Amino acid sequence: MSVTISDLEEQFLKSIESSARLTDDQLATMLGCDVSTVLDIRVRLESLGVIAGYRTRIRWETVTSPPVESFIDLAVQPERGYGYDRIADRIKQFPEVVSVHLVTGSQDLRVVVRGQTMQDVASFVAERLATIDGVRGTATRFVLKCYKQEGDAFARPGNDERLAVTP
Amino acid sequence: MKSLSTTVANLPASGIRKFFDLVAEMDDVISLGVGEPDFVTPWRVREAAIHSLEQGRTTYTSNYGLLELRDAISQLSVSRYGVAYNPRNEVLVTVGVSEGLDAAFRAILNPGDEVLVPEPCYVSYAPCVMFAGGIPVPVPTSAADGFKVRADKLSRYITPNTKAILLSYPTNPTGAVMGRQELQDVVDVACANDLYILTDEIYDRLSYDAPHVCVASLAGARERTILLNGFSKAYAMTGWRIGYVCAPAPIVEAMMKIHQYTMLCAPITSQIAALEAIRNGERDVADMVDDYDRRRRMFVAGLNRVGVPCELPGGAFYAFPNIEHTGLDASTFAERLLQQERVLVVPGDVFGPGGTGHVRCCYATAPKLLEEAIVRIGRFVETLS
Repeated sequence: MSVTISDLEEQFLKSIESSARLTDDQLATMLGCDVSTVLDIRVRLESLGVIAGYRTRIRWETVTSPPVESFIDLAVQPERGYGYDRIADRIKQFPEVVSVHLVTGSQDLRVVVRGQTMQDVASFVAERLATIDGVRGTATRFVLKCYKQEGDAFARPGNDERLAVTP
Repeated sequence: MKSLSTTVANLPASGIRKFFDLVAEMDDVISLGVGEPDFVTPWRVREAAIHSLEQGRTTYTSNYGLLELRDAISQLSVSRYGVAYNPRNEVLVTVGVSEGLDAAFRAILNPGDEVLVPEPCYVSYAPCVMFAGGIPVPVPTSAADGFKVRADKLSRYITPNTKAILLSYPTNPTGAVMGRQELQDVVDVACANDLYILTDEIYDRLSYDAPHVCVASLAGARERTILLNGFSKAYAMTGWRIGYVCAPAPIVEAMMKIHQYTMLCAPITSQIAALEAIRNGERDVADMVDDYDRRRRMFVAGLNRVGVPCELPGGAFYAFPNIEHTGLDASTFAERLLQQERVLVVPGDVFGPGGTGHVRCCYATAPKLLEEAIVRIGRFVETLS
C-alpha cells in the first residue's frame, strides 16, 4: 500500500467499482460533495494509478461462442540480476495473455491465456511460450466453466422476491 | 357461533392491504413499498447456518437463546454503546423484534395502562399494545420537528394511567433520528413520571450522519428501558426472524415466562446465523450501510429535482417526501401513481395521522430502478400541476 486516500476517495472508489457508468453529477450527489470535488478526486486517483482503467465486463458467451481460457503454469529459469521479471515482462506483452502471476510451488509463473479455440491456445503455448529462453516446462489446464471472476458470482437469480408492500 | 375477540374485531385493516391487491394485477411495477433490505444475507452467515444443519443442529435451545449468542449480544452492546447486560439473565433472544415487542407489552401492561406511541411509526406498535390489553396513546410528531418526539410536548399526553413510552429511532417510515440531548430530555420525562421505556433500535446501524445513540446508554435510562433489536435490517436477515431484548433481569424474567410458553425458543438455525453475523459480519454491514447512504443521497436529490420536496432523512432506508403541494391526499397520490406510472409508494397516514401529506419510499432498491422511479414520479407530478 503506497497511496494514502481520504474517506471520501474511498467512498468514490467503492461507488465506481460496482458501477463505472455513474456520472460525476450522480457521484457528487451520492457522496454529498460538489461535482468539482468529484472531478478532482477522479483526476488524482487516475494520475496516481489507483484507477487503472474503466473496462466493460462482457459475458461474450451469452451472444457468441465463448472464448477458450486456460491456466498455463510455467517452470522458469530465473536470470541473475533480474529474477523472473524480464521473462514475465516479455510474456505479458502478448494480447493472448490475460494475466501473469509469479507464484509459489513447483512451477513459477501462472499465465492465463485466452483464445478462440483450444487449438489456438495450444498453438500459442507450444509456439510462443514454451519456446522462450528460460522456460523449462509448461502445464496447461483448460477452463471448463467459470463460476466466479473478479469478485462477481455469476448465475445468481436476479428476481426480487420481496413482497411488493411490507410495513 | 359466538363472536370473535372484540379487540381483534375492532382493529382496522392495514392501510397497505389494498395496494397488495392492486399490485398483484400489474406488471412492470417499481416497488418502493418494501420494508426490508434488497441485499441477500451475507454468504458467510448463510454458510454458517447450512453447516449447522449439516451437523444436525436442529434442537430446541435454552428458552433464553444460545448462551454463546447472548454473550455475543452482550459484548456487542458494551462495545457499541457502553451498556452492559448480563448474558445469563438480562438478554433474551426472540423471534424478531416483533415477538420481543409483543412479549414486552404483555410483561409490563395491565388492562387500561396507556402507552405513549410517537407517530408516524411502524404499524405494529399500537395493535401490539392493544393485544396486551393496553391503550395506545398517539403522540403526533411533525415534519417541522423533523418527526422527532419533543420532550416538552409529552406532558400533555401523560395521565395517571401512563405506563410506558415507545421510542424507535431511526424511524420507519420517516427516517428520523434523534440526537443525544433530545433523547436525554425524553428519558428525563420518563424518569420523572416513572415510565418504562421501550426502544426499538432495529435500524441502529443505519444512522448515516451521526453515530446512533442507544437510549439505554442515557443517564437514568437503563433501569427502566427495554431495548429491542435484531438482525433483519443491519445484516439483511429479515426472513430469519431473529432478534433480541436487553433489559434489567426482572423484566427479562417476566418476558421469558411469556416467551417460553408461546415461542419456547427462537429457531436454532437462525440463532447460529445471528452469532456468525455478530462475529464476522461487520465488514458486510459497513459495505451495505455505505451503499444505502449513496442511494439515500441520490434518491432524495432526485425527488427534489423533479419537484417532490424531501428532507434528507438521517437513518433507516426510507425517504418521506411531502406531496401536499400536488393537491392530492397521500392515499390518492399513491394509488394514482401506481395506476399511471407503475411506481408503488406507501401513503404516510398508514403510519399514523402525523404522516398525512407524505408518502414513504424505500430506497433499498437497485439504483437503476430508483432512477427510473424518479423519472416516473416526476412525470406523474407534472400531470398534476
